[in-house]
Amino acid sequence: MADFFFHTVIGQILLIVLESLAVLVPLLLGVAYLTLAERKVMAAMQLRKGPNVNGPFGVLQAFADAIKMLTKETVIPSGANRMLFLFAPFLTFSLAMVAWAVIPTGNGLAIANINVGVLYLLAISSLGVYGILIAGWASNSKYAFLGGLRSAAQMVSYEVSIGLVIVSVLLAVGSLNLNDIVLAQRHVWFCLPMFPMFIVFFISALAETNRAPFDLPEGESELVAGFFVEYSALAFGLFFLGEYANMFLMSGMVSILFLGGWLPPLGIAPFTWIPGPLWLIAKILFCLFVFIWVRATFPRYRYDQLMRLGWKVFLPFSLAWMVLSAGFLMVTGLLPGGAG
Amino acid sequence: MMTQIVFYVFAAVLVLSATMVVCARNPVHSVLFLILAFFNAAGLFLIAGAEFLAMTLVIVYVGAVAVLFLFVVMMLDVRFAQMREGVQRYAPIGAAVGGVLLVELIMAFTHWRVAGNIGQITHLVPSSPTRTNTAALGDVLYTHYIFLFQTCALVLLVAMIGAIVLTLRDRPTGRRQNIDRQHDRIPQESLEMLQVPLGAGVAAQGGFLRPHDSYDVAAVPGTYGTEAWRAREAAEQTQTALVVITPAQGAKGQDDE
Repeated sequence: MADFFFHTVIGQILLIVLESLAVLVPLLLGVAYLTLAERKVMAAMQLRKGPNVNGPFGVLQAFADAIKMLTKETVIPSGANRMLFLFAPFLTFSLAMVAWAVIPTGNGLAIANINVGVLYLLAISSLGVYGILIAGWASNSKYAFLGGLRSAAQMVSYEVSIGLVIVSVLLAVGSLNLNDIVLAQRHVWFCLPMFPMFIVFFISALAETNRAPFDLPEGESELVAGFFVEYSALAFGLFFLGEYANMFLMSGMVSILFLGGWLPPLGIAPFTWIPGPLWLIAKILFCLFVFIWVRATFPRYRYDQLMRLGWKVFLPFSLAWMVLSAGFLMVTGLLPGGAG
Repeated sequence: MMTQIVFYVFAAVLVLSATMVVCARNPVHSVLFLILAFFNAAGLFLIAGAEFLAMTLVIVYVGAVAVLFLFVVMMLDVRFAQMREGVQRYAPIGAAVGGVLLVELIMAFTHWRVAGNIGQITHLVPSSPTRTNTAALGDVLYTHYIFLFQTCALVLLVAMIGAIVLTLRDRPTGRRQNIDRQHDRIPQESLEMLQVPLGAGVAAQGGFLRPHDSYDVAAVPGTYGTEAWRAREAAEQTQTALVVITPAQGAKGQDDE
């Protein structure tokens, strides 16, 4: 059996398909339930009940939403660029999926354990802006267009600080491989020595996923619903799922870069009984809870404040921190010597 | 065999999309085809085993440069009829430029020779076969070519500063946002409580008065905050206005300060 999977062409293709399904099916289920969790958590924070009609505690609400979305009519506005209009949501959705190929859920447990895993994630997340920009343009609507432009400027700005934060993590690891990054945190998770960078990365992740308090691209009050104002039915559903899958992805990145990935908090008995993938899932869920918590707590930023925070606060700060940590690692001789 | 098939797929799509960049009617489509071309180039790098270059190409060109392209092109007001008029006139010039480039490229590539002893240049060969190409690039870039590398960085820095110098204009009448001013703002500066006679209306009191000095001096230090307020308070003892709203601040929506 192992021979079939590792040494024949059909077996190898079948193995990759199975591996992808093993990642994507739980991910999509998670995305479906994240929408429910968000409504439930926010309801609890606001002393409401949240969805509680479909099934016990409203657990079937996610499926009710999905069925509603699938059976609605897809409206394509007149004057819209049909092909690009329908291409944009697929792009957003599929980009949020393909990034999971490199996320390690255990030691060496990734679909593709590649040497430039971090760069791959950075590349994929920088592509996310196209789905939004194309959607904004192809809708042939000024609200959608303004939303798309806002979002593009925002995502490009915050990618810069995300990149610099990742560089300072990489300085301490000495490898671009996500597996090595997690293994480098065996003794201490990076969120402790690099606490300020952890915060900067998390806030940038909020901005990168267009979540509150940085959800200006949607900006209901001024732009109706931003770049997806013209979308309905399945196309809207894909945007919706893509946004939540991106939240999962960003939480995964936070967990891997700063919270020790699949590693337990302490390498001693009661913690090591729980398998690694469960630790990773627990960390991702914690990050997602904070995402929702932030949304329920903070008011939306004004656009110029958002840009000021990105360019005048985070960029110089993360750049200074990068130089400082490089100097510190050099002086103390802790700099990893370019691991193979 | 598999690699060759993948290579030809990437190469064919690359050439096709590069052609479409030039041929597409709609400039936005052109930029999108350009992005597709970048992607396939990255794919070719991957096949060659240069994964670092592939990812950098996607991050830098697709993730940043092409986004700005798309940004600008989307905001252009394109009139297709007008564009078609120009084709007759500009086609020969375009063809001439393209032809010259083609001839030059052919000349360059037919005379391209790789030095026979390239394998003996020790610093160009990775120190061990297990070294990843990211690390191998770093080995060469930061040692033997450090000055060239730094010069490239300086050129980019100069270009960046140049762009800022060219576009940054400090107009005295510009209504730029001054964060210090917003933080220094106090209620007395923008609001005055008055006793209004009942049933008289505000028109008799002079209505809403907008101070004339608030637009042009928006960013000059000393014209705002407690200090300015005290100075103004000392200067003018009587004020006929009912409510004074400073327009430069009121207009920018500062309810969240």
